[in-house]
Amino acid sequence: MRRVAITGMGAICALGRTVEEAARSLAAGRSAIGPIQAANCGALRFANGAEVAGYSHQPYFDDKRADFMDRFAQFAVIAAREAVADAGIVWTPRLQERTAIITGSCVGGQSTEDAGFWEVYKLGQGRVHPLTIPKTMANAGASHISMEFGITGPSYTISTACSSASHAIGQAFQMVRSGAADMALTGGSEAPFSFGILKAWEAMRVVSPETCRPFSKDRTGMVLGEGGAMFVLEPLEAARARGARVHAEICGVGMSSDASHITQPSAEGAARAMRWAMDDAQLAPEQIGYINAHGTATQANDPTETRAIRMVFGEHANRLAVSSTKSMHGHALGAAGALEALATVLALRDGILPPTANYSAPDPACDLDVVPNVARRAEVEYALSNSFAFGGLNAVLAFRKV
Amino acid sequence: MSEELIHKIRHIIANAQRLPIEKVTINSSFEELGIDSMDGVNILFALENEFDITIPDEAAKQIRNVREMMEGVEKLLAARQADPSTATT
Repeated sequence: MRRVAITGMGAICALGRTVEEAARSLAAGRSAIGPIQAANCGALRFANGAEVAGYSHQPYFDDKRADFMDRFAQFAVIAAREAVADAGIVWTPRLQERTAIITGSCVGGQSTEDAGFWEVYKLGQGRVHPLTIPKTMANAGASHISMEFGITGPSYTISTACSSASHAIGQAFQMVRSGAADMALTGGSEAPFSFGILKAWEAMRVVSPETCRPFSKDRTGMVLGEGGAMFVLEPLEAARARGARVHAEICGVGMSSDASHITQPSAEGAARAMRWAMDDAQLAPEQIGYINAHGTATQANDPTETRAIRMVFGEHANRLAVSSTKSMHGHALGAAGALEALATVLALRDGILPPTANYSAPDPACDLDVVPNVARRAEVEYALSNSFAFGGLNAVLAFRKV
Repeated sequence: MSEELIHKIRHIIANAQRLPIEKVTINSSFEELGIDSMDGVNILFALENEFDITIPDEAAKQIRNVREMMEGVEKLLAARQADPSTATT
């Protein structure tokens, strides 16, 4: 089986509109959570989110093209463009046919759907915009990426709530490793700030009325985020042969389902996913130096994830750095795994572990080294990125410093 | 607390949990009724709709049994009677 290199990365999220901007924000421990602009929060119990501030489709897309793309699909293409440019890909018909696109999205083009249904239900209009379906479908991101670059290989979208992008990246990794594809563009994108979705999250009573404080005693819940991150994966040998810059190696994926509850997480399910990721990468627990946690800052997730990490790592859990960057870029649902994979790769590549921001007080139920508030210089060889979705569907990625 | 209010809330809980109403008493704990966190959120939603009230997240977190839930609803109804502008639509 082939080793798999990450040779291109792209991102747009609350932390920045390029990978380097996001990297600077992560290293500075700067939380990008602030008042939500996209929707009127007067009628909501929360008012904060992590949006791409001041986003407009210009200068990324001309008006005509933007008419056909929901914001989440625009994020997918913007991130993919940066990743492809970063990787220095020279497209040939053969490569276009042998490249896969695997994206993750949880809610797809929700703002478009919300606006369409508003017309029908509230305004009593007899018709909905004809582009509502093609803009709303969760695979629109993958489709627009394929059209952008003329990629004709296997392309599809995985939707597993908050694990979507991690499952997608894991799937793309397996395809490149096995030879099913010679290259893959993979990641996730999400733009969940429609009023209807915000009301639905409010009803679940898991969103913080202030900010996201993972693992902190005074945590008050999650904060929604938006954005996208995409990666170019290719065989390590091929990358070296063409002289490409390798950001990191992706060396394993572990997946599991809790098979227990539709919203409550299970430590056993999370632990199994971490174990399988290390098993897949042929790593011992003691080799892992950093975990980018799922770390949502809900009452349920953080102690459960702590228990899972202790189950898997035993004594070594005391020497592990574990941080949740959701404290800075928010919970971007179907894009979360991609933004966090990016944070993990940057941590390995640059030797800077991103902090858990907004941390104020230790919780005995979350007694890990969570890199509170300030980034830390550390050379780590192997790292994991955890994603544990509603529905109990878990995906953990393993990365190696190159 | 009025018998009518008690009955209404028992009915809402029984309905949400798909339990016979006799099983739901003012002294039942959520644990006895098999109410987990998501069930609890469902019941709060039904209560908000039935009584046209808004139950704050902070207050909701403290509720562990049927009695506390009834007392909470009673308090919100009383507050609304005192100041009708707090009602939501």
